[in-house]
Amino acid sequence: MRSNRPTTAMARPMARLVTHLMARRAAAALGALMLLLPTLASAVPQIETWRTDNGAEVLFVAAPDLPMLDLRVVFDAGSARDGDRHGLASLTAGMLTEGAAGLSADTIAEGIESVGAELGSGADRDMAWVSLRTLTDPEALERALDLLTKVLTAPDFPAEDFERVQQNTLVALRLAEQDPKTVGSKALYRMVFGDHPYADDPSGTAETVSALRPAHLRDFHRHHYTAANATLALVGDLTREQAEVVAELVSLGLPAGERPADLPPVAALSQGQLQRIDFPSSQTHVYLGQPGMRRGDPDYFPLYVGNHILGGSGLVSQLMDEVREKRGLSYSAYSYFLPLSQNGPMVMGLQTRNEQAEEARSVMLETLQRFVASGPTADELDAALKNITGGFPLRIASNRSVVRYLAVIGFYDLPLDYLERFNERVSSVTAEQIRDAYRRRIHPDRLATVLVGGEQDSRSQTVNNGASAPAEAAPPSVAGGDATATATPASAGAPMQVPIQAPVRALIRAAGGEG
Amino acid sequence: MLDNLSIAPRRGAAVLFAALGLALAPLTPAAAAVVEHTLDNGLKVLVKRDARAPIVTSQVWYKVGSSYEHGGVTGVSHLLEHMMFKGTENLEPGEFSRIIAENGGDENAFTGRDYTAYFQTMAADRLPVSFELEAERMRRLALPEDEFLKELEVVKEERRLRTDDDPESLTYEQFNAAAYEASPYRIPIIGWASDLESMQVEDLRRWYRQWYAPNNATLVVVGDVEPEAVLALAEAHFGPLAPEPITAPKPRVEPPQRGEKRLRVQAPAKEPYLLIGYKTPALGHAEAPWEPYALEMLSSVLDGGTSARLSRELVRGERIAASAGASYSAFSRLPGMLLLDGTPAKGRDVQALEQALLAQVERLRREPVAADELARIRSQLIADKVYEKDSVFYQAMQLGQLETVGLGWELVDDYVEQLSAVTPAQIQAVARKYLVPEARTVAVLEPQPLDGDAPQTAMARAGQSRGQTDAQ
Repeated sequence: MRSNRPTTAMARPMARLVTHLMARRAAAALGALMLLLPTLASAVPQIETWRTDNGAEVLFVAAPDLPMLDLRVVFDAGSARDGDRHGLASLTAGMLTEGAAGLSADTIAEGIESVGAELGSGADRDMAWVSLRTLTDPEALERALDLLTKVLTAPDFPAEDFERVQQNTLVALRLAEQDPKTVGSKALYRMVFGDHPYADDPSGTAETVSALRPAHLRDFHRHHYTAANATLALVGDLTREQAEVVAELVSLGLPAGERPADLPPVAALSQGQLQRIDFPSSQTHVYLGQPGMRRGDPDYFPLYVGNHILGGSGLVSQLMDEVREKRGLSYSAYSYFLPLSQNGPMVMGLQTRNEQAEEARSVMLETLQRFVASGPTADELDAALKNITGGFPLRIASNRSVVRYLAVIGFYDLPLDYLERFNERVSSVTAEQIRDAYRRRIHPDRLATVLVGGEQDSRSQTVNNGASAPAEAAPPSVAGGDATATATPASAGAPMQVPIQAPVRALIRAAGGEG
Repeated sequence: MLDNLSIAPRRGAAVLFAALGLALAPLTPAAAAVVEHTLDNGLKVLVKRDARAPIVTSQVWYKVGSSYEHGGVTGVSHLLEHMMFKGTENLEPGEFSRIIAENGGDENAFTGRDYTAYFQTMAADRLPVSFELEAERMRRLALPEDEFLKELEVVKEERRLRTDDDPESLTYEQFNAAAYEASPYRIPIIGWASDLESMQVEDLRRWYRQWYAPNNATLVVVGDVEPEAVLALAEAHFGPLAPEPITAPKPRVEPPQRGEKRLRVQAPAKEPYLLIGYKTPALGHAEAPWEPYALEMLSSVLDGGTSARLSRELVRGERIAASAGASYSAFSRLPGMLLLDGTPAKGRDVQALEQALLAQVERLRREPVAADELARIRSQLIADKVYEKDSVFYQAMQLGQLETVGLGWELVDDYVEQLSAVTPAQIQAVARKYLVPEARTVAVLEPQPLDGDAPQTAMARAGQSRGQTDAQ
């Protein structure tokens, strides 16, 4: 293992904090000796919360069973803060590990990997994040936290590395253009969100990414990566005291800063819009969308449970039954709400061979229309409540998923008893509440519709033709069906965006198997 | 992204922690032992207690997959996997999933080259539900024709989604078909389109009878359960099932490759893609047992993280690749390939990327790997062995896969030590022996215009369609 290169002004206080931390760890190790039996996992993680000296919010769950720590730092620094420089937030987050406090990208990567740690960063529409997974033995923890702190607080955005990452981002944008799924999803967001910052993809466009310069990133980092704007989530083998030390250490170099103003509200769509995009694919990707709900929305639970029944459960949803089980039209068919700071999208999607795109679109639309008109049956609601509440222990079984929940709870100011009361709130949802919420919030006559594919018919690409989607052959009514699961969007089934476990995803992808 | 599910070789712990002087033992409950028991009908049951959370994962692994298939019925393993949700003697189509869902379970299935596996993850007290249903469909699948015809259409859509409309995936499929001659690893898991077109429900019935029996399966359970109680439960549900005579698949040994193969794949795309494979042994077939471990370490030297050679030298240093990767799995039933792949950086071409990747191979043949590189990989192996305990699903998957490819689940307890024992000289030796031009296959994706028009008009049209459609 190589020694670290130049230190920074922060090095000395950090060293002191680390020493302090190590002392406490030694005590903890002695304590653990006396507890030879593993502690019983409590049903719901006990969240502890506080603020660091400079004002960063901390959420912590002690998980002493494994000698490891998951740490996630999130900032209100997603692409919604890009302004006209689309791609700025993503590139800023991506560049953090490409040089910091005088250390090169190579040195940072070596340092992290020499202790077996994992360090990542990125940005979506609302938030930027930096995540660390490390062992909690003193050497690993000290090295990993030192590097995490440097990339968070002292990124260099070196010109040469910036240029490389910028060029590779342009390649990634071109790869996205050869994927009909991504082409359609980007088009849908633009139609659903219009002038709102959520309309633009976090990855930006070739034009906007090409116009970015390191100074833009430095400026963005200085304004947004601040303590007031930060949430630290920690899950792992630390005591409360140790977690406090870690949180101080990580946030120490962040300027106090201020929280940015709220994003503007999302306007409802005033009419249906339909866009066809010619694409040389054998399938047409069909998307329906509309502004949906936000985090902490008063209709959150009725819409969440309702969507589970409509198209969120993968396994047993109405949409899968109509599209796949009854008609064999598509491998995957889903609906989801992506709740954001402001109303995020409600999306429905499927893919089918070009010739039957219209039929599949009609089935999807009619399934939504029927659900909005009638809501779920008593049996469907009962089954959904059993599935969601019965499956809750699975959602919080791993440190990896709990740390994501903590970040979301902190970032969106959800109540600290969110997890504790999740099942109770789900259980109290009634069919009438679902029907009522859908009728008020979802308008099938005002949907954005995107079709990406080839040779559906003679119509050429039309943009925003104003037509609401026409109805075709009316399918028979729903008979609570089911389906084998399919890879659904990260946000579909779970109470929050918790992507399926990495091994599963790798496996689904590698196996070409039924996923 | 390329490999056929290499269960990342990551394991080992105690010995190495001792070597690093870290007192780990007091902090972790001793790793629970795996309890193994084989029922009279041949079903092997593996149980591992992990009480971190009140959940359990239950997986049934069958020794059948696309590498068991022959021409004309490719894709039958995967299609049968879909049909396993479509009813049994005592369950209506879809009822299986409905029952699991009402019990709060997550379920699914996956098909690989060497296995077909089914799983449920549930609250620990629901394990009997899982066993009852899995036992039912192990021997009493209905395979109704009408459901088959609909599901066949679903799988055709799945093929279009995963392969036909994804240029890199299409390249990988053609690459395998070109690289392998006799080995069934040339068969795509999803099946050739024509074989799907002509598939009959009777093909599935035959496949089911041939392979779905307790003596061709492994039941793996990991979670907050008592092993003895699980074994009793398994006996109650699976014990009564009759075994079947199972004929092992023919060896279908790949003949030695006698020279480099090259292919070009033309498909609508925006960026080229390069894929290079070298025929390599797997654990069950190597001349010396250390060779596959040395190949695993070689692959990690190239691509074991952001500090590994491909990221450091090709992406960051030479800036010749926008991305580059390497993969290899020692843990497959049959010998496979060590793969290298990549996308050129902007302004660089695929030829330059190939030269750079081959130069990396040449360097592995020429000089021993540095000690600090190997030390870093060992640290990652040790850490990953701890991290993997954060997932009961992953722990069960490792046991199931090792058992099903014929290596034995016991390997889960020592492969990290085997990997850590690999020396720089051994890595150099396998590089010299296996990473040779005669055993190489090179595939290049040559992008064709996305608008489907003649290439000479592509530039103008591409600009136009960008503006019109999605304003990238």
